[in-house]
Amino acid sequence: MELKEKLVSSFMAFEDTVDVHSSIHDIRTEAIKTFETEGFPTKKLENWKYTSLSSVLKHDYSVFPKNENALEFKDIKKYFIHEIDAYKIIFIDGKYSSHLSQTTHDGLDVCLMSAALTKPKYKVIIDNYFNKIASKDGLSSLNTAFSYEGAYINIPKNKVVDKPIQIIHFSTGNEAALMLQPRNLIVVNENAHVQIIERHQSLTDNPVLTNSVTEIFANKRAIVDYYKIQNDRQSASLIDNTYVNQKQESLAKVHTFSFGGKLTRNNLNFYQNGERIDSTMKGITIIGDKQHVDHNTLVHHIEPNCESHQDYKGIFDDNATGVFNGKVVVEKLAQKTNAFQANNNVLLSDKATINTKPQLEIFADDVKCSHGCTIGQLDESAMFYLRSRGIPEKEAKALLMFAFSNTVLDSVKIPELKNRVTKIIAKKLGVNLGFDL
Amino acid sequence: MSKYTEDDLREELKTKEYEYGFYTDIESETFPVGLNEEIVIAISKKKEEPEWMTQWRLEAFKVWKEMEEPEWPNVSYQKPDFQAISYYSAPNSKPKYDSIDEVDPELLATFEKLGISLEEQKKLAGVAMDVVVDSVSVATTFKETLAEKGIIFMSISEAIKEHPELVKKYIGTVVPQKDNFYAALNSAVFSDGSFCYIPKGVKCPMELSTYFRINQAGTGQFERTLVIADEGSYVSYLEGCTAPSRDENQLHAAVVELIALDDAEIKYSTVQNWFPGNAEGKGGVFNFVTKRGLCENNAKISWTQVETGSAVTWKYPSCVLKGDNSVGEFYSIAVTNNYQQADTGTKMIHLGKNTKSTIISKGISAGKSQNSYRGLVQISPRAENARNFSQCDSLLMGNECGAHTFPYIEAKNKSAMIEHEATTSKIGEDQIFYCNQRGIDTEKAIALIVNGFSKEVLNKLPMEFAVEAQKLLEISLEGSVG
Repeated sequence: MELKEKLVSSFMAFEDTVDVHSSIHDIRTEAIKTFETEGFPTKKLENWKYTSLSSVLKHDYSVFPKNENALEFKDIKKYFIHEIDAYKIIFIDGKYSSHLSQTTHDGLDVCLMSAALTKPKYKVIIDNYFNKIASKDGLSSLNTAFSYEGAYINIPKNKVVDKPIQIIHFSTGNEAALMLQPRNLIVVNENAHVQIIERHQSLTDNPVLTNSVTEIFANKRAIVDYYKIQNDRQSASLIDNTYVNQKQESLAKVHTFSFGGKLTRNNLNFYQNGERIDSTMKGITIIGDKQHVDHNTLVHHIEPNCESHQDYKGIFDDNATGVFNGKVVVEKLAQKTNAFQANNNVLLSDKATINTKPQLEIFADDVKCSHGCTIGQLDESAMFYLRSRGIPEKEAKALLMFAFSNTVLDSVKIPELKNRVTKIIAKKLGVNLGFDL
Repeated sequence: MSKYTEDDLREELKTKEYEYGFYTDIESETFPVGLNEEIVIAISKKKEEPEWMTQWRLEAFKVWKEMEEPEWPNVSYQKPDFQAISYYSAPNSKPKYDSIDEVDPELLATFEKLGISLEEQKKLAGVAMDVVVDSVSVATTFKETLAEKGIIFMSISEAIKEHPELVKKYIGTVVPQKDNFYAALNSAVFSDGSFCYIPKGVKCPMELSTYFRINQAGTGQFERTLVIADEGSYVSYLEGCTAPSRDENQLHAAVVELIALDDAEIKYSTVQNWFPGNAEGKGGVFNFVTKRGLCENNAKISWTQVETGSAVTWKYPSCVLKGDNSVGEFYSIAVTNNYQQADTGTKMIHLGKNTKSTIISKGISAGKSQNSYRGLVQISPRAENARNFSQCDSLLMGNECGAHTFPYIEAKNKSAMIEHEATTSKIGEDQIFYCNQRGIDTEKAIALIVNGFSKEVLNKLPMEFAVEAQKLLEISLEGSVG
């Protein structure tokens, strides 16, 4: 049976098992209908021109897990940023793992989507925020239809969260092939500040497909720092749909570090509903083998005096394929917008491919918008400089690549996380250097 | 070139028998509207084409029937009804006006500003003259000088008869019949166009030019141009005309094919100023053009275009850099005002080794217009050391227009060096103030700034064209700033 039919036919069964606010049922039913008409995106869609899902959709995924699986902390400790104290929301095969997690309701809500969707006290927030900004395309609708579990984070007014929040999804491989659909809702109220780290990790080589939707609301003067670490096994694929709605004077940053996975697609959308907003999206992609990473970004400038910054670096080796499709829309009202978009790529092999399409759509005249995009190689003279000082080729190469991606690493605000990413990069490049970065 | 004036040409044509005899007995013959196989055969017959050409057209028509009109360009317009167009019209010997006094004074004022001579004004406005031009190209001037060098420059229908081996060998090789909807349509029904062949090692001594004109209302214009530069040759080709044409709602679907063989160079310059519709956006020409050039080893093709007219423009002059060390260039200025829409850009397909391409695109949008740049740079896995530089700048005037950029970059070779940059800006108040302060009024100041903004492209135009194009920019933007 095709995955699409399987999902549609499992929907009824799924609906029976969950008990949520009644309004959610309508949203779900609507969403499954949309998915039924839209289906999975194909290469015929302009936004999917360079990414084909056919290779990841062919597996016979079990679409919603039944069994609870347990893991020992010592086995998975390395996937945490364990040097720091953090709130943790841990899922194993899509199920919440209470003994690994550390949640709170003390002054802020760091808890579960399933709780928010069922308990009456969250109903107001769910009514106001749930599924309000997620787009109605096939994949997001599919997630909405099956939305039940994920992280629910609500930071009240004037609260600066004392430590970062880590959201980690593990898959154990107990199912032959697993499809996960986590749904996250993050509401950051006035003047509040939060840092979130998200990671998806499979523990065996059984195929996993994650179709995740995250809705983030940054209200007045809120600060949101969101980090995505994508360093999964090459049997796992990830479709990440993130929607950020910003109110006036808020600041939202999303960093995406893509090193692993078979196919990774990041749909990152920012909507600026207010003045003097700052949006930042940065990413480092280092992949090889037959990996495929696709960054699809959108910044929608709706009101005046806002800024957006995009900086994506990519290094592609072997048969890897990289896609960057960045779009900046500046509405008529959004005068005095400053929008910058940069995408720099290095190809290391003749079989690697990069497709990039930085788009600008501008309807206002008093704006400063620019985009730059380059594809090139490492500088030979810089290479020679390092080699002539006794640094071996591999290390020299790695040093140059670190320098190349440093503009992105520099803006990571959690030092431990920065160290971790640096280590992952070093490992990915096959070097063992103690970079003091 | 300077010695040979229009008067000479007129004189020459007057004293000569009208060469293209088979047209003379046709008094404004226009085919019935609609398109079917019979019409295609009839066009072919009318032009006394050989059998292979008729078949070629029919093949194209067959493909066209299966195709759908493209939806992807960033423009919206009322789709033309292809069955409501007449697909053939020969020159009409009846003038539109009997004397220049009957011509719209506004149009004459524009001519005046462009510095077009009275005689030419008459011609362009369709006043009774010796030469009236329509789909059938007439003034293949300077033919003798060219013939000495062995250069063939004639209308394509003549070429089909006189040099069938060349036409047969090259037509459709760069833009195949089934390339796209409009190319297929053009292949089936093309009325006429130009053919140019530069023999081995010859540098064409003059700029070759054709002035296309759209004359009869309701006549679709389907030009077909084929330029072949044989090994080591050079040609500079001008197309278009700075003077405005005033006919309404006409579909223009031209195809231009350039072939630059080893070590050859082709420079192709276009100035397009068809009727853009009135200030409310009514009427205006639809300009859907397929232009493509093929470069063999060490060859170079350079496209330069100034686009100011047409209600809807949809045009991507491209280069296929097939040979090693070949070079492709694209320089473009696209100006849109009022309700005009332009979706234009280029494609650079790098196939050979050490190929280079440069793209400079300047978009200027004013009024309620929409101006898009859409470009593709593709580096194939075998294209070692390919180099591309692209720059697209947009200038916005007023807050009701839009500027869009859709660059596609696909690199499959690690030695590729690609740079793309785009900026969007408006004319700074301080710039205007600076000019005002020095006694330059705002309108002139804007013209000055726009000219500066477009300089990189204007510089690439042949001399006389550049002067006219500069004035044209001023006129196109007149009244766009309150």
